[in-house]
Amino acid sequence: MIQPAKPDLITVNIDGKEIAVPKGTNIIEAARRVGVDVPHYCYHSKLSVVGNCRMCLVEMGMPAVDPATKAPVIDPASGKQRINWGPRPAIACATSASPGLHIRTTTPIVKECREGVMEFLLINHPLDCPICDQAGECKLQEQSIGYGRGYSRYIEDKNVKPKRTVLGPRVMLDDERCILCSRCIRFSKEIAKDDVLGFTDRGSYSTLTCFPGRKLENNYSLNTVDICPVGALTSTDFRFKMRVWFLKQTNSIDTESSVGANTVVWSREGVVYRITPRENDAVNDTWMADSGRALYKRIREGGRLESIRALGSETTLDAAVEAAARLMAAGGVAVVGSGRSTVEEQFLSRKLAEAARAKAWLVSRVGEGDKILVSADRNPNVRGALVTGLISALPSARLDALAGEIDSGAVKTVVSVGEDLSAAGLTAEQLRKVSIVYLGTHSNPTSAAAKVVIATLTEFEKHGTFINQQFRIQRFAKAVPGVAGATDDLQALSRLVAAAGGPALGADVGSLWPAISSEVPALGTMSYASLPDTGLLVDGTPWAGLPFIEGPTLHFQPAQKEAAHV
Amino acid sequence: MPAPEQFRLVFKHIDEAGYTNDLACYLRNGGYEVLRKSVLRKPEELVDEVKKSGLRGRGGAGFPCGVKWTLLDRKSGKPIYLIVNADESEPGTFKDRYIIHNDPHQLIEGIMITCFANKVERAYIYIRGEFPEGARILEKAIAEARAANFVGPNILGSGYGCEIYVHRGAGAYICGEETGLIESLEGKRPYPRIKPPYFPAVLGLYQCPTIVNNVETLCHVKHIAERGGEAFSKIGTPNNTGTRILCVSGHVQRPGYYEFEVGKITMGQLLNEVCGGPLPGRKFKAVIPGGSSAKVLRFGERYKGKRKVGAEMIDYDWALEDIPMDFDSLQMIGSMGGSGGVIVMDDSVSMVEALANINAFYSHESCGQCTPCREGSLWMKKITGRMVHGDARPEDGALLKSVADQIAGRTICAFGEACAWPTQSFIAKFGDEFKAYPEAKKAPRADGVPELV
Amino acid sequence: MMNLRPETLRKIDEVVTHYPVKRSAALPILHLVQEDQGLVSNEAVEWIAARLELQPINVYELVTFYPMFRQKPIGRRHIKVCRTLSCAIMGGYRTCSEFQRQFGTGLGEVSSDGEVTVEFVECLASCGTAPVVMIDDALHEKVDVAKARELSEKIKAEAKSAAGTR
Repeated sequence: MIQPAKPDLITVNIDGKEIAVPKGTNIIEAARRVGVDVPHYCYHSKLSVVGNCRMCLVEMGMPAVDPATKAPVIDPASGKQRINWGPRPAIACATSASPGLHIRTTTPIVKECREGVMEFLLINHPLDCPICDQAGECKLQEQSIGYGRGYSRYIEDKNVKPKRTVLGPRVMLDDERCILCSRCIRFSKEIAKDDVLGFTDRGSYSTLTCFPGRKLENNYSLNTVDICPVGALTSTDFRFKMRVWFLKQTNSIDTESSVGANTVVWSREGVVYRITPRENDAVNDTWMADSGRALYKRIREGGRLESIRALGSETTLDAAVEAAARLMAAGGVAVVGSGRSTVEEQFLSRKLAEAARAKAWLVSRVGEGDKILVSADRNPNVRGALVTGLISALPSARLDALAGEIDSGAVKTVVSVGEDLSAAGLTAEQLRKVSIVYLGTHSNPTSAAAKVVIATLTEFEKHGTFINQQFRIQRFAKAVPGVAGATDDLQALSRLVAAAGGPALGADVGSLWPAISSEVPALGTMSYASLPDTGLLVDGTPWAGLPFIEGPTLHFQPAQKEAAHV
Repeated sequence: MPAPEQFRLVFKHIDEAGYTNDLACYLRNGGYEVLRKSVLRKPEELVDEVKKSGLRGRGGAGFPCGVKWTLLDRKSGKPIYLIVNADESEPGTFKDRYIIHNDPHQLIEGIMITCFANKVERAYIYIRGEFPEGARILEKAIAEARAANFVGPNILGSGYGCEIYVHRGAGAYICGEETGLIESLEGKRPYPRIKPPYFPAVLGLYQCPTIVNNVETLCHVKHIAERGGEAFSKIGTPNNTGTRILCVSGHVQRPGYYEFEVGKITMGQLLNEVCGGPLPGRKFKAVIPGGSSAKVLRFGERYKGKRKVGAEMIDYDWALEDIPMDFDSLQMIGSMGGSGGVIVMDDSVSMVEALANINAFYSHESCGQCTPCREGSLWMKKITGRMVHGDARPEDGALLKSVADQIAGRTICAFGEACAWPTQSFIAKFGDEFKAYPEAKKAPRADGVPELV
Repeated sequence: MMNLRPETLRKIDEVVTHYPVKRSAALPILHLVQEDQGLVSNEAVEWIAARLELQPINVYELVTFYPMFRQKPIGRRHIKVCRTLSCAIMGGYRTCSEFQRQFGTGLGEVSSDGEVTVEFVECLASCGTAPVVMIDDALHEKVDVAKARELSEKIKAEAKSAAGTR
């Protein structure tokens, strides 16, 4: 692989600290790298620059040179080149690194600028903290403590604006809290491509709104809630449910599609309260779709399986495994793995298929790609199944060939890892004819017809990895304990592998991975522990010729120009 | 020393008996001869003449016009636009109105010469919405000029062509700010742009190189093209060349517009001789020399220091009446020449109420884009409003100054200075009146002193 | 349904040609629509947005920003009194009070007979002849209380004769 060219590096000086950054780096980012916080509201690294909050005002200067000779002008006192500091402070967000740029953030003028802006933002701001969801993650709170004057001189009446406006099905707007930074407007226009928000009236009476009758209802509306620096835009789903400082944050992956947007799952005492995006500049920037955030509701809803059943009655894992082993020993086994299983589960599924001398199948899920962060492939991990060798061709939506083998009697037992066979085209008769061992999270016709059912875990309740459309392997962690009565998937699968006569393999990610990296060539150089939070690219060339269905999304261009679905 | 005579260059035909705003009248008075000659010259020559002339913008900033034209990015390959700033909204200013309504062809000729000099093929006249008659007059004048080949394709057979369109505003002062104007012309909310990077000379209208010039400035361009830049530079005073139209309003006997060589008339000559002095029984108290954004001056104060005259630094020790009405002198003594709007207040005016009136204007006109101006201008208005109509506190003056200090220099555009300078200067010059106001306002209001807010 | 006059539609089509980017025509079209209909309704906002291939919010933002555009009807005559400094110190507020008194109407309201709306506006750029008033499109200078009374009488007389012919 050709190494990327080294970017031009420029040296800038921030509060006396020198740092070399790529040409064009935004000064706020450069300052962050040397541990200097430049407070701001309207700036966002993924949106256009507007420079309207004025919070990031800093002193800027350039080294002095003699205009005629271009020789550096030396300050006799310090012996160093004199810096010509600008007469007025300038905004850092609109400035990119240029050679020799000097920034000062700790001088009295900068302190006054910040105190001034903070005071101005607070004079019309309602005292809503006790009832505002943003408390604890509110930039106004943080920056008033860090940079504000600490007391109020305002004795006039505050502006009154509409409160508690339903801006859309998932977003609530409180106009009095809005500091008019315009992040939400820029996001809706530039990223979500839905230019639906705007400001009406003018001056201090400016108000964020939609045109009467329109709503903020696109599938990315909740990102405006994430980026709103104050509690003006809040999530209706999360409203009044929990204070953020009680929540534990766990890194996870959105399983809605093969985009694999990086997420954070927020939970407390075993209950998930919300999902927000996690920054990954190679996959999803700082965004995710609203529909992916709602997936945590599946932990409790939709008919969760909560026990192990074998031959009609609740039982232990041992008994269930033994019953499954007896079924498999009779021969004619098929293994239906899943594009929603983790890489580790798919590896074990393959091992099971090998041990039981079974063919392995996968079911595809196709939807319409939205060209942003939801791809056409609604399975998060088809590529994991390819890479682990569980399958070698792309799956189809229906299992017609398997149905035929069931009809002909060639297949007598199906082990399904989370896939509802009736949704894949099998008839109720076929489900009755064949013996089913079902591992899954939610009840469905297949689990109802199964002879052995082992309740397993959702992605929020276990560890694992997925390989996304970019062939990037990404790790996610367990956020909450599994429902009582559910068994860890790797536990169940490794027991089944052994019971089918296969090798003894680890029952958790840590002990399983050595086997994975030694047997799966594409993952040969990796270890679970060393996977970075932003994932690692896997060499996907062995599968480059397959007709993947995804079209372009943010940070992804399909290899072929034509795609079956866009 | 007695006041000089007016030098009616741009306002030559304003108030002239029998002068009408149609093309025929303009032609009878030698109109479009300068354009005829100009299109036969090299465009760069004309730019040079304007540079030599030392013409400074007449819209308020006083920026050298020739320098502004030189900054244009002529290499980008993008079309170059001229925008005529006819949004005259600076309180106290009333000069462009008369050019537009009474002598529109002078403006059109100035526009066409400017366009030819800068290879502009499309110009927009952004005229304030409150001049509906003016817009109609301009459209009619442009149509007449087009019919006579002074505007449009192939001007006077030269092969050069340029269109002029009239675009009406709708009542926003911020559209007078050049980048606010550009945003408004593009059909968006007139939020001024951050500079850098959006300097109009490089990234202006539709992100193309753009010149924005005031109406009066463009009329001067015609006279510069006619006389030559060098000759023009000998009118007025060094670095403050040409003439300017001073608009005097408020408490003088003869308010109105007067065109003088820049710097050749003093404040005292203007107000006492030309405008006839204060109203009967009254005394001058304060004057704002350059539109309401300029810092106020107090009668009775003196200004001392050293200033450059030729190659030397010489002392000056001026009473307010001695200040020459030019950009540099007014800036030197702590105010500005601005748009030339001279607002005179006599001893019947309460400075607290006057400031309350000014603050109400700026808070109403603030576009609301950036924090200091948006919140600060309204806060200042609420303070002065409360002082006049509610409880006034002696410390309110200090609070006002402190708020204004947090605005100036911290905003996206010069509106921050425009709304802060009145407050800062009123408190600086009349701070005693603000401190005494809580008591003073209890006295019954004198008859004939109108409310200001 | 938008019932714009054919002449208005013709002018709209013409003004769009003045600009290389359609959005620029928003302001002139808003003026034309308001002259045609007396105000800019939300329906008009949607119509203009569609005409210029914009979102309604893009046009709505303009209607609410610029004071000259209104979404509510006004009286048959529009009396606009300047309240900025030069006019104020020459008595502009008293002029406005006189107009309000003459028609028995508050600021920004429609008088009970539907004839006038009296409003304050900011500097009209005629400070030398303060106090200044615009009635519809016409500028009136040196409008002190006496002249305000005169102008009000004139409006009432015009209203009466117009009512006679209505």
